[in-house]
Amino acid sequence: MTPVLQARGLVKRYGHVTALDGADFDLMPGEVLAVIGDNGAGKTSLIKALTGALQPDEGEILLDGKAVRFRDPLEARRHGIETVYQDLAVAASLDIATNMFLGREIRKPGLLGTVFRMLDKRRMREESARHMADLKIGLRSLTQPVESLSGGQRQGVAVARAVAWASNVVVMDEPTAALGVKESGQVLDMIRRVRDSGTPVVLISHNMPHVFEIADRIHVQRLGRRVAQIRPGDYNMAQVVAIMTGAMQVKDGRTVVADQGAAEAIGL
Amino acid sequence: MAVMEATLPRRLITTPTAGPLAALLLACVFFSVNSEQFLTGGNFSLIIQQVMVVGTLAIGQTLIILTAGIDLSNGAIMAFGGIVMTKLAVDSGLPPLLAIAAGLAVCAAFGLLNGLLVMKISLPPFIVTLGMLNVVFALTHIYSQDQTVTDLPPAMTYLGQTFNLGGTNVTYGSLLTILLFLLFAYLLGQTAWGRHVYALGNSPEVARLTGIRTNRLIVGVYTVAGFVYGIAALLLVSRTGVGDPQAGQTDNLDSITAVVLGGTSLFGGRGLVLGTLIGALIVGVFRNGLQLMGVPSIYQTLITGILVILAVTVDQLSRRRNR
Repeated sequence: MTPVLQARGLVKRYGHVTALDGADFDLMPGEVLAVIGDNGAGKTSLIKALTGALQPDEGEILLDGKAVRFRDPLEARRHGIETVYQDLAVAASLDIATNMFLGREIRKPGLLGTVFRMLDKRRMREESARHMADLKIGLRSLTQPVESLSGGQRQGVAVARAVAWASNVVVMDEPTAALGVKESGQVLDMIRRVRDSGTPVVLISHNMPHVFEIADRIHVQRLGRRVAQIRPGDYNMAQVVAIMTGAMQVKDGRTVVADQGAAEAIGL
Repeated sequence: MAVMEATLPRRLITTPTAGPLAALLLACVFFSVNSEQFLTGGNFSLIIQQVMVVGTLAIGQTLIILTAGIDLSNGAIMAFGGIVMTKLAVDSGLPPLLAIAAGLAVCAAFGLLNGLLVMKISLPPFIVTLGMLNVVFALTHIYSQDQTVTDLPPAMTYLGQTFNLGGTNVTYGSLLTILLFLLFAYLLGQTAWGRHVYALGNSPEVARLTGIRTNRLIVGVYTVAGFVYGIAALLLVSRTGVGDPQAGQTDNLDSITAVVLGGTSLFGGRGLVLGTLIGALIVGVFRNGLQLMGVPSIYQTLITGILVILAVTVDQLSRRRNR
């Protein structure tokens, strides 16, 4: 099976700091892939490189097996890769339908659209309603400003927008970070629905229980590279944390304790 | 996910023009009761003539404030535009329409310059336009040699002429001002460009990540605003019949007053250009009504000041409630 999105040997340096040090990445069709790693492990840089928000110094990115190069986020979007950025997802004072279509507005047919550039607000509302319904996000009115929504609902709008436009991949950066228990559960349900509809999801998260609940596979990032690809069923959370921090290493599918003291400290 | 019902008071406070409109209507009722000359067609025509120059400047100001910027240079740009138009027509003998076009182009160019400085060097708009205010003010006086330009060709004052509307004489300039407000209400409310202006004012980073070309948008907004200042220059010239290098010196602040009174947030991303029309009319109605009641003009300034503080207080409180 060809990975939907793939990266080989990505390198990104900022002066003396190496954010990505030959990082690989593989996203398979129809899966939820969690990307985890300690602070400074290069998760964000990896995701930014994959979504066009930064340009790697070395390495290549392949979409459906073909090499691609994204100069900016817009170009990644044109290739069907949609990203839900943490805290930067929606324009607060604009309504839900406007946010769904921001940057991709639909104009009215005929002269009203071509000459007078008039937006087809009704059609955008109807399509937004359909997308929200697909994800089972119930909202009474699509004309209310996003700032009047709860955190979970806002995230819902951002996810719905990403899903509506993503033909290849949805990337979510800490989608549950700012949410309560119930709202997090709703977002996880949404991620499941996205996967079940056939679009693979990349989920960056610090929240181990969430990762274990939803991920099909886990990509562990450490010191600027991928140190392990594992299935949540094969390891428990403490082991995964040990891999993340370097206390344990995965070699040829077997785990090796690399740092006895550290491993004992976290209870292994 | 259930949605909490937007309660009525909340909705009133989030509709930014409801308050200003109520204030305008209340003021009209008050002055109608206290002065029998107030509620006449002729008086309303006069009020609109008195506010059309600042109102037009305030259209450009609204665009810029919606992007979370501010423009201190608009009055000065207008004065320069007026001098350029009139001097080219009178002293250089250019055909009036060509001179007007040159004036409009000069104003748009200063807007473009403001926009480029704000975008390229990421300087705060306050500082950029403060500097531009002084530059343009000086240029106006250098170019005009402090002389008022008189004996304008009739085409330049055409907008000051009147037509009869239901027994009331209305100037073409007033009509143009109203049409401009409607045009920008349409652009901001019904086109993608308008939606992008609001998104930019909410958060430039969100707008950029959504795929909006924010740099181009900022420069465009300042340039369009500059062009609108050019139209204000033409309105001013047609109303006063001269090119005056001293014109518009407090109009930058008056235009901000109109925007704020109209319920547009100085923090960007919230507000309506028709609110600005209401804001400009509030100032005009108070000034006119108090004059008719024989109140000394300094009290008009006092009341305008209090209204501005009230308006920003309401804005701040509504933002806090939305957090």
